Amino acid sequence: MRELAQTAQLSRRSLLKAGALAGGGLFLSVTLPGMAQAATGGGAAELNAFVSIAPDGVITIVSKNPEIGQGIKTMLPMLIAEELDADWDQVKIVGSDYHPTKYGFQFAGGSMSTPMNWLPMRQAGAAARQMLLEAAALEWGVAPAGLRTSKSTITDPASGRTMTYGQVASSAAKSKVPDLAKVPLKDEKDFVIIGRAIGGIDSPKIVRGEPIFGVDTQLPGMKYAAFERAPVFGARLRSADLEAAKAVPGVEDVFVIEGGDNPAELVDGVAIVAGNWWIANKAREKLKIDWDTGEWASHSSANYDAQAKKLWAEPPKDTIVEEGDVSAAFAGAAKVIEAEYHYPFLAHVPMEPQNCTALVKEDGSVEMWAPTQMPQSGHQGVAKMLGVPGEKVTVHITRMGGGFGRRLTNDFMHQAAAIAARKKGTPIQLIWSREDDLRSDFYRPAGWHKFRAAIDAEGKLTGLEDHFVTFSTKGEIPMFAQMGPKVFPAGYVPNLKYTVSQMESRVPMGALRAPQSNALSYVFQSFLDEVAAEQGSDLPTLLLSLLRGKPDEPMQRGFGGESPGFSPKRAIGVIEKAMQMADWSTPAAEGRAKGFGFYFSHNGYFAEVVEASLSRSRQPVVHHVWAAGDVGKHIINPHGALNQIEGSIIDGIGQALGLAVKIEGGAVQQSNFHDYPLPRMPVTPTIDVEFVKSDNPPTGLGEPALPPVVPALTNALHALTGKRVRSLPIDRKLFA
Amino acid sequence: MPTKLTINGETRELDVPDDMPLLWALRGELGMVGTKFGCGVGLCGACTVHVDGVATRSCSTPVSSLAGKQVSTIESLAESPVGRALQQAWLDADVMQCGYCQAGQLMNATALLAKNPSPASDEITSAMAGNICRCACYKRIHAAIAEVAANGVSADA
Repeated sequence: MRELAQTAQLSRRSLLKAGALAGGGLFLSVTLPGMAQAATGGGAAELNAFVSIAPDGVITIVSKNPEIGQGIKTMLPMLIAEELDADWDQVKIVGSDYHPTKYGFQFAGGSMSTPMNWLPMRQAGAAARQMLLEAAALEWGVAPAGLRTSKSTITDPASGRTMTYGQVASSAAKSKVPDLAKVPLKDEKDFVIIGRAIGGIDSPKIVRGEPIFGVDTQLPGMKYAAFERAPVFGARLRSADLEAAKAVPGVEDVFVIEGGDNPAELVDGVAIVAGNWWIANKAREKLKIDWDTGEWASHSSANYDAQAKKLWAEPPKDTIVEEGDVSAAFAGAAKVIEAEYHYPFLAHVPMEPQNCTALVKEDGSVEMWAPTQMPQSGHQGVAKMLGVPGEKVTVHITRMGGGFGRRLTNDFMHQAAAIAARKKGTPIQLIWSREDDLRSDFYRPAGWHKFRAAIDAEGKLTGLEDHFVTFSTKGEIPMFAQMGPKVFPAGYVPNLKYTVSQMESRVPMGALRAPQSNALSYVFQSFLDEVAAEQGSDLPTLLLSLLRGKPDEPMQRGFGGESPGFSPKRAIGVIEKAMQMADWSTPAAEGRAKGFGFYFSHNGYFAEVVEASLSRSRQPVVHHVWAAGDVGKHIINPHGALNQIEGSIIDGIGQALGLAVKIEGGAVQQSNFHDYPLPRMPVTPTIDVEFVKSDNPPTGLGEPALPPVVPALTNALHALTGKRVRSLPIDRKLFA
Repeated sequence: MPTKLTINGETRELDVPDDMPLLWALRGELGMVGTKFGCGVGLCGACTVHVDGVATRSCSTPVSSLAGKQVSTIESLAESPVGRALQQAWLDADVMQCGYCQAGQLMNATALLAKNPSPASDEITSAMAGNICRCACYKRIHAAIAEVAANGVSADA
């Protein structure tokens, strides 16, 4: 998944080339296809797929990507409006259905929306502006080049004449559609919308409780469905006695759904349909299902842990990266330190439980209302499953009550469509219970790391080794359970070797906010903190010594296009900034201590300092977090940006303090928020954020602020107590 | 047996199983979907409504227990001055990310300020501790409540 973690700077022609995302289907190669269209109709002139202007001056901007709370619905139109020179007060934002031929690639993940759309959305706005200018120039009989725009108004400086966008829009729709690659863009110092703190566009509806989320979808004649699947991953349905459930008053239908062995699509189960979801869900208690669990019922977290330790004792199965001469470094070391680290499976638990509304019509066509981060793979998967051509499947993308990567996988869309296909003509809303959600996730993979470091007589870190133990599914290491060869400090320690061994599992694994980085940051930044302590130094000093004087890495081809490689200079920038913000060299107040963490992920550089103490009951308390981030030269919407960073920090603290998904008998043991205790308001520390603005195109903020806070916290606890947290979540007895 | 109760000032008669939680009567029978399903067992607060002015988890409150009671939901929040002030504070502070839990947060915050118009900072924190925000917008939720508490609420707000 290293590719997704790398940037997408778009080529000037906005051509997005993308690779395959395992488990998620293929990405299209797309341009901005709707740009060739311009039309008038219904009073508003459509200048392209994204911009329509009504005679009264109201500008409707289409926001194409799924909104999961990352603020994209507000942010993408800001880019368009900036180059359009729109009066923001006259802008109306609408979401869009899934329509890749009209809007291009539509998804929410990998903090990719900002880098992938920074140029094309501005070009869409600039192209519409160009068409307005040309229409005004034609009417006035002047050259368009001399005209000026501001706040939805065109001015001819020579004559002083003005015309509003509303007045000229319908003739502008007849203008030639400009070449996107040539349309002039604003000088960035003239930005007036980019950089302005703008509140979430749907927030007024949300505070009034208006229906806006997927689960709020209501259709005439709609029925609700609950779906019972095997608690044990990999199990198949042998037989089911449905009679008692059918007899429950209010239950309208109960039937077996036959799935396959790919949990990302359709798994075996039993669907219960009723006029009220609570009735359907409660009737599940009456089902008698015989599951064939095969060998998988013997799997457990304890068993995985024992296997990992066994694998550590054996030679690694594979080498991820080897640089320099590691054996020589250890042979010549004055000191060798070793440590074993572990982190658990984690669930996503977005607040809105998984759900999807599907209508399969008598003619076989399908309409879906889907809270999905990846409508493309859901669309393709449902069409394939039902055996209908893609053009007969319509997907309406709804706002989502959180995503965090869970809704990149569209198992719930497959289930809803499979159930609706049995109830043709009746819209079916499938809703999962919270227990379903916790027990049927695509989990952040657990992992084990055995580290060794060689320190020479001068105290220099000369060698580093990591034997990583992870999982395979059907013999392959799932994408998000992999570790790449460039994980820091690879390339910055002269002799370094990462190896990997894997054990087979059927636990579904997927991308959780800052995939891989959310775990690798913890283990690497913690172990480097151990190295620094052994050197009599501290982590930021060690990091700076590894990074100073090193050149920026070359551009790389990744998901979505070319991206700049890792820049030591940018890393140093945020590390020094965080040290300064937290007054790093000054010790914390009595009874408190500070810890440091740095990580580069999703094109973003973040260094964070945590100040922590122990409560009277000797439990960790986080008081203050200082975060310095470099995500390029613009913070497009400071409101959304800060909200993402604050949320990421508390999310990471919550994971470290108390979250783990445990497997027993091949099934997840956790069921709801009592045993999966998400952080609550009392956990909230003081959070200070500063941006280091570097001369790079802006990149996303959904993820990169999370990874460093976890080791910053565990390193602070070491500074406070002398005890290393080598396993997450933090053991409550560790400091007793 | 049908239960007669008042929801947002309107008398409603609900003929549902006695143990059906209010949440599912609101969402499934009355089409009032502003009140949200988060956990189903009273742990997250997303489904918070007011019953006779008291913040109550609608996912764990059977309809049959509400005969003769006054229920109010997020859909009627703007009818109270405190509710209106909080809605505005939420927008001013750009509190939310996904927004899914915010109906419950607002209902709980309104009940808090109705009872205690000027809570101390830690009183806000402990009063709101039952409401999970998965996006962790806690800093802003706290700030928005503190803002309303500091400025007071005028009847015509």
